Amino acid sequence: MVFPCLPLLRHAASLWYGSLCGRRGYTMPKPVKTGTTIAGVVFADGIVLGADTRATSGSTVFEKFCEKIHYIAPNIYCCGAGTSADTESSTGLISSQLELHRLATGRESRVSTSLTMLKRMLFRYQGHVSAALVLGGVDLHGPHLYTVYPHGSTDRLPYVTMGSGSLAAMAVFETGYKDDLSLEDAKNLVYRGISAGIYNDLGSGGNVDLCIIKRGSTEYLRGFATENARKYRRPSGYAFAPGTTAVLSSKFTRPLKEIAVVEEAGVAEAAVDGAATPATGEMDTTT
Amino acid sequence: MSGLRLTEGSRGPGASVAVEGAPLTRTQVPYVTGSSVLGMKCADGVVIACDTMASYGSLARFKRLTRMHVASPNCILGVGGDYSDFQQLQTMVDAEMTAQYVANDGLSLSPKAIHAFLARHMYHRRCKVDPLWNSVLVAGFHKGEGTLSLVDLYGTAYSSDVLATGFALHLGLPLLRNAHRPDITVAEAKVVMNDVLKVLFYRDARTNDVVQLATVTAAGVEVGDMVKLDTEWNHKAFVQGARAGDESSW
Repeated sequence: MVFPCLPLLRHAASLWYGSLCGRRGYTMPKPVKTGTTIAGVVFADGIVLGADTRATSGSTVFEKFCEKIHYIAPNIYCCGAGTSADTESSTGLISSQLELHRLATGRESRVSTSLTMLKRMLFRYQGHVSAALVLGGVDLHGPHLYTVYPHGSTDRLPYVTMGSGSLAAMAVFETGYKDDLSLEDAKNLVYRGISAGIYNDLGSGGNVDLCIIKRGSTEYLRGFATENARKYRRPSGYAFAPGTTAVLSSKFTRPLKEIAVVEEAGVAEAAVDGAATPATGEMDTTT
Repeated sequence: MSGLRLTEGSRGPGASVAVEGAPLTRTQVPYVTGSSVLGMKCADGVVIACDTMASYGSLARFKRLTRMHVASPNCILGVGGDYSDFQQLQTMVDAEMTAQYVANDGLSLSPKAIHAFLARHMYHRRCKVDPLWNSVLVAGFHKGEGTLSLVDLYGTAYSSDVLATGFALHLGLPLLRNAHRPDITVAEAKVVMNDVLKVLFYRDARTNDVVQLATVTAAGVEVGDMVKLDTEWNHKAFVQGARAGDESSW
């Protein structure tokens, strides 16, 4: 099959792959979504953000320990729910733009700046960029906590939750939130909210990540609570005796060209392109 | 019971008038609806709770009615879903209890039997594609032990220590599961129920803040008064606005 031109290659290839799947009765894999519990709380000195660590595609868990709290600026972090690719790329884009902005202005970034950049981008894409974000940070005006919806609307609130586990987490927040919480109380509240999502929502699971942002300091606690770790790992690992897997046939070939190893001033390099590693032939073994 | 008429012709959803030549159907779409019901089994009894409103779509139509029905001296039903179907359930359960009484053999239906009776009937209606559009929580106390079970419009039937229907599945179950212990008392459970009802009032758009709790213990069924919830609206950010003290325009 000849593809028209290189820039279209990836798109055409995926279309061809999709039709191949259809013909053979396979289904295209669903986009990886985070099916998530993310939350944030404003406390006396700043913001505590929290997230679970499960990434799903349909009903398969794709990643058990993914990172959902994204860096935007040294004083601003953003939790993302929705399609993983969309949350990663939109937060990454805005983070880069903000760094250039900091270099241009010579000042610490403001949370409302990142908020405006995110919402303008998401509104432009009319909800097709499926990123639901909890954006939090501390700047010269104090702590800010926002939610950003895929269509580009935003809310500013003292406690927020997003994702499929948001109702479970919000139930915990509505019973536990008070104004001017201490750091320990805020961490505990967010931890309990995310745990409610992990244990009661099937789209959320894994560990609890927290991020604490205060004036002048940020603490990213990756794996703050790891209650769902594998309980047992075989200590000696696995050792399979030769012959465990039957070898059906073997084929040994010499490399096509001679290999010349040139050593100059202590640097060794393989001189011939396309050669196999020296001292072994190519082995073509089928099992 | 106006039974099955195996005749031809299709008459769209909601058709409930008896017309010659077509199957009789009742609720295909719920109209006046009640919201969630919650229940928790305790060491010394069972507590169920719900709000006291029946909505007509997005209209808060009836604001002070009871969505609970005392089925027997040791069993109470808490019902969400279509209110007219709830009234039909009340008639059915009362008729069945009366029939048992009239048999005059000293026996009556236990809470488990009432649950089984409802489960069979709801599943039968589901198979006729003529459901009673409800989720029923059956709470009882029999032979020294509490029973808490659920039946829904499909005929799904199960028992558990902690149950909820509707929005309370998402908002209430996490809190109820965290709070539940095997030795929890009815008094402690009532406090937890009130917290959950507050969360439901905050976050479910089809609830009101006047609620009712009921308990079933060894002493029998006690249906509480309709009580107005004490809700919190005075967080600084809610009163002053989230942008207070800030130059941000969002």
